[in-house]
Amino acid sequence: MQHNGFKSSNRIVQWIEYRLPIFSFLDQQVGTQYQAPKNLNYLWNFGSLAGIALIIQIVTGIVLAMHYVPHGDMAFDSVERIMRDVNYGWLIRYIHANGASMFFAAVYIHIFRGLYYGSYKFPRELLWMLGLVIFVLMMATAFMGYVLPWGQMSYWAATVITNLFSAIPWAGQSLTEWLWGGFVVGTPTLTRFYSLHYLIPFVIAGLVILHIWALHVHKSNNPLGVEVKGPKDTIAFHPYYTIKDLFSLGIFLAIFGFWVFYFPNYLGHPDNYIPANPLQTPPHIVPEWYLLPFYAILRAIPSKLGGVIAMGASLAILFLVPWLDTSRIRSGTFRPIFKQFYWLLVADVLVLGYVGSQPPEGIFIHLGRIATAYYFVHFLLILPIVGWLERPKPIPSSISESEAGTTQEASGRSETGT
Amino acid sequence: MCSLTDILTKVSRRAVGLGATLIVIVLGASIASPSIATESAKYEKRSWSFYGVLGTYDRASLQRGLQVYTEVCAACHGLKRVAFRNLLDLGFTEEEAKAIAASYDVSDGPNEEGDMYMRPGRLSDYFVSPFPNDNAARASNNGSLPPDLSLITKARTGGPDYLYSLLTGYSDPPEGESLLEGMSYNSAFPGHQIAMPPPLVSDAVIYIDGTNATIPQMSQDITQFLSWAAESKLEERKRLGLKVMIFLIILTGLLYAVKRRVWSGLH
Ligand code: HEC
Ligand code: HEM
Repeated sequence: MQHNGFKSSNRIVQWIEYRLPIFSFLDQQVGTQYQAPKNLNYLWNFGSLAGIALIIQIVTGIVLAMHYVPHGDMAFDSVERIMRDVNYGWLIRYIHANGASMFFAAVYIHIFRGLYYGSYKFPRELLWMLGLVIFVLMMATAFMGYVLPWGQMSYWAATVITNLFSAIPWAGQSLTEWLWGGFVVGTPTLTRFYSLHYLIPFVIAGLVILHIWALHVHKSNNPLGVEVKGPKDTIAFHPYYTIKDLFSLGIFLAIFGFWVFYFPNYLGHPDNYIPANPLQTPPHIVPEWYLLPFYAILRAIPSKLGGVIAMGASLAILFLVPWLDTSRIRSGTFRPIFKQFYWLLVADVLVLGYVGSQPPEGIFIHLGRIATAYYFVHFLLILPIVGWLERPKPIPSSISESEAGTTQEASGRSETGT
Repeated sequence: MCSLTDILTKVSRRAVGLGATLIVIVLGASIASPSIATESAKYEKRSWSFYGVLGTYDRASLQRGLQVYTEVCAACHGLKRVAFRNLLDLGFTEEEAKAIAASYDVSDGPNEEGDMYMRPGRLSDYFVSPFPNDNAARASNNGSLPPDLSLITKARTGGPDYLYSLLTGYSDPPEGESLLEGMSYNSAFPGHQIAMPPPLVSDAVIYIDGTNATIPQMSQDITQFLSWAAESKLEERKRLGLKVMIFLIILTGLLYAVKRRVWSGLH
């Protein structure tokens, strides 16, 4: 039996395929029929790693939810019971807690891969924006998840972040109380965060499907940034990229295991092993590492409302990157000037992360402001101007040409429009 | 146009150089002056038997630590997340653990008349806290709250190192520094003034196994014990971890070989 180029001699597969052509669908989407650029480097593995991290979070999260009690008086104790009395509860919890870090690490690399290779450019703008919606939802999910163990950092992070809404003019205070379900962060806040923390990952899963759908319309970008010109430029997803993804998954899981089994609390904060106490504010309230750059931007502006706007803008601006980058060359490989500013941006985000982890005093105030300003300058000024003025290096006419070692000066010039 | 591009190239080089220098300076400065805030805790790093890839708790030390807890710390601090059945982990027999449990009076009930009553502890019971509630604990400690010790090594930066430094860190205050009423000077505690009077004096306990009960020895043992109380699954975790890591490394090696093989079929 044959259906859309898919063949199988297995009777059961045939029976199902005839009624629901799922096997041919998978073969076309992630199998032997899906053609991907043949020159993808290992930075292209982080999308599938992020997807697996999402699945790991959902699976471990569902098991945790069987034992967790979302109540201000019982949440902390129930987490400790998971750690001490539930069979392999410690393992499930440490996987879920460190899994969030692994997920963010994969997605950050994935995003910076896109920024370097211009993966956000025509015709992948919507793919990029779907990715960003996923990223923003991940931040919300991780923040609400961090509140659930109801330790000191949980409680005070929830207080600091929800308080931001009170900066909204006129309606702020009532909005904040509505979010809290009371006059302070308490059990009603915890229960709604729990409900949303359970819900949003499934919304993310749905968005990942749209993300991959959009990806498969125009296929992956590649390190050269030139479109696929024909069958010489591509290889089948299976077996080539499935085995490559599996190999990188092995490395990913080994790094994951290193944290889970040997430094399970290193990425967390010791204060979260102190039960929440509304009467005692911890000396330094800090979010998890993956939110630090945005926390630094939030605190860089002296007014609460200003900080909230700046933080929102730092995310919103990423949605405009496809139009702020005026260069028609995708890959940073052929953009000598862009490339340097790219690394400066990476450094700037690292500085922001570091500043976010420090108390807002002394040099860190100035540094936070400079780094925040530079973040916006990069996207609003440098990206458009460099795109206009830069003279790109010659780009190859196709992926297979480049493999053969020939580049065509002429085509490189014509694409810059100069 | 051309010259503009050249200028831009130069500017971008400068900018990157400047950025890199700035980062180095900032990181350097922050490492050189680690704490702007004088409030932070101080501790010296030590090596513990439970560190490392296959680290385990020292059973003899754990049992001595239990003795220090029950004979000294339990006067003020609870250990409410540890059950008597968990003491089997320390190498006690079931009989011994039952005897320790039975030495505690546990509140139970209500009975058929509707009254609460006291009975000897069982393996399924948890350590009984010395005070019925936080207010009672404060009332007996000059208004300060002795925290429950079940999670203490995970709830402080520095963990076991901090706890050890805290217990061995008592001394007279440096000249010129005056202590508040009821406070003791401690070099490890943030702010150096702690409401806990020095809990350990030499021979505060007489160890059953005959070990000499010096302050460093007792501090060492209670730190082992409380580290176990906070992370009792550590040994299981490390043992499983080694198996998982070996499996993953071999698997990854094999996957790499397969990947090489599959890809070598191209062109
Ligand atoms: C006389 C009562 C008393 C005894 C006995 C006692 N403590 Fe304390 N402990 C306190 C009080 C009170 C505090 C709160 C101190 C403060 O907040 O300034 C405290 C605080 C602590 C802290 C927390 C320090 C911090 O970083 O916040 C630890 C750890 C501790 N005790 C360990 C022990 C150990 C171990 C023992 C037994 C060797 C012990 N204590 C015996 C009263 C006591
Ligand atoms: C839950 C999180 C995410 C998952 C599971 C996911 C999954 C994937 C997968 C499997 C791919 C194909 C493999 C690859 O190119 O790496 C992909 C491509 C892509 N993703 Fe994501 N992604 C996630 C988040 C994001 C985010 C936050 C962004 C950026 C804002 C993003 C932007 C892109 C882009 C631009 C592509 C096409 C890349 C190219 O081919 O060059 N993704 N994604």
